[in-house]
Amino acid sequence: MKILAIDTSNHPMSVALVENDQLLATTTLNMVRNHSIFLLPVIDDLFQKVQWQPQDLDRIVVAQGPGSYTGIRIAVTSAKVLADTLKIELVGISSLKTVAANVNPGTNALIVPFFDARRGNVFAGAYQWKDGQLISVLNDQHLSMQDLLEQLVKFEKPVLLAGELTDRLKKQLTAVPKQMQFLPSAFAIPSTYQLALLGAKETPVQDIDDFVPQYLRITEAEAVWQHQHPDAPKQDYVREV
Amino acid sequence: MAKRNLILAFESSCDETSVAVVEDGQKILSNIVATQILSHQRFGGVVPEVASRHHIEQITKCIDKALVESGVDYDELSAVAVTYGPGLVGSLLVGVTAAKMVAWAHHLPLVPVNHMAGHLYAARFESEFAYPQLALLVSGGHTELVYMASEHEYEIIGETRDDAAGEAYDKIGRVLGVNYPAGKTIDEWAAKGSDTFHFPRAMEKEDNYDFSFSGLKSAFINTVHNAKQRGQELDKYDLAASFQQSVVDVLAEKTMRALSDYPVKQLILAGGVAANHGLRTRLEQDLKTQHPDVELLMAPLKLCGDNAAMIGAAGWVDYQHGDRADWDLNAVPGLSFARKNANPDLALSE
Repeated sequence: MKILAIDTSNHPMSVALVENDQLLATTTLNMVRNHSIFLLPVIDDLFQKVQWQPQDLDRIVVAQGPGSYTGIRIAVTSAKVLADTLKIELVGISSLKTVAANVNPGTNALIVPFFDARRGNVFAGAYQWKDGQLISVLNDQHLSMQDLLEQLVKFEKPVLLAGELTDRLKKQLTAVPKQMQFLPSAFAIPSTYQLALLGAKETPVQDIDDFVPQYLRITEAEAVWQHQHPDAPKQDYVREV
Repeated sequence: MAKRNLILAFESSCDETSVAVVEDGQKILSNIVATQILSHQRFGGVVPEVASRHHIEQITKCIDKALVESGVDYDELSAVAVTYGPGLVGSLLVGVTAAKMVAWAHHLPLVPVNHMAGHLYAARFESEFAYPQLALLVSGGHTELVYMASEHEYEIIGETRDDAAGEAYDKIGRVLGVNYPAGKTIDEWAAKGSDTFHFPRAMEKEDNYDFSFSGLKSAFINTVHNAKQRGQELDKYDLAASFQQSVVDVLAEKTMRALSDYPVKQLILAGGVAANHGLRTRLEQDLKTQHPDVELLMAPLKLCGDNAAMIGAAGWVDYQHGDRADWDLNAVPGLSFARKNANPDLALSE
């Protein structure tokens, strides 16, 4: 099975071409965030190096979020449109789970990937390796760094946190419980090889049209509107004209 | 069988997701438009992040429907054309990313299209273009006079210095309790009233082709607020008629003056506000009396709003002129035609 894996959820941008669980080529950029400019040239370059045609692909695996809204939209739009236009399989994997996969499968610790979500908040989840699989033990969510640590304490287990500990987030950390350890920044860079491996095991999405990013947050405008209109029925607000 | 000239076009610059298939730059085989108006009406205007989210929900449905409806397959296409600006960056990125992926997957040339050229080319579905040509492009985001000495040469000779005309409609609409987009309702109300308030005509007599609508907007809002403080209820039809008369006067007068300085064969009226009946009627009348030799081409009503068919029409011309984008094409939210100092004498007097 030939897989293209894409992750542009945050600052790093990564692409991998994987065939039958073997990595053929990968590129990761971690410079100024402009995934719109660099993503397709990188994909095109890797296809030329391994001499694939787009039509050779069997499956696209994409980091579906959470992350930067614009970032995840670029990867998800690319993956969704490519899968639709080539009529091939599409799999979405949590961007947090992708980072969690960087951590040694031998560990019994909780693996907690996190992304800075600004204003002292993070996108985070907790995962654990079990029989070679990464199992979610705390759903991906948007919460404050403090709330996250409080939730993790309840597990009464060693915790390995993987993410870019920005200055903004450091200010939120007053005391880190001793069973918790922040992993070096190398663990925060997603590997699209790992992403492809995770995606190879999953069932492809049924309806590509309905595939959207996992933002984990509604927009501020929506939140205010829903607060003002608690009884408004859920409806589709987009109409074909 | 001769190869057909088929463009698959993408438009997502604001709050419409649209994909179309256009043949020979002037025949619409399909034009799927998914509008988000109902969603943004909840907020009284377009919320960029909400718009971006809707675009990604709609994009593959629009692509598939456009192809099925046109009966065209990917291998028959000549090129993929896409709006890359101006517009909202998050909205533009969905269309640009999608168009790039489709072009790359099927080894098709990618043609970057200026959204305003798209609006202009909506008029080409009415009739063939003849040059030189002048276009009045009026929409929610733009108000500009564009001169084309020949095909594919666009020069702005006049533009708004503050609000776009459509934006002014939405802002005064809010004061009258008319939800976004307010243009259609204000146009209908205007037909039932008369110009009793005589709002200012900004820059009407100035020796340039530029527009300004923020002064008119403020005068309108002040009039309504002052009346409210006095406990007075003003006639909404007369308010609408007075506002519209001021907008139409300025647009028509500047356009007629530009036509005197720039002899052209055709005048194009396009953009969302080109659907305004007051404006259409006025330009028809003024042209008849002042520039009877100039042919007026107005974008068809259903193609005045944002749609991908117009991008396909402009994209076909751009394609023939050799415009190509690489895979690093990015959205350019502030994209604009080159500005020309309309009258060399003006530069000296300024």
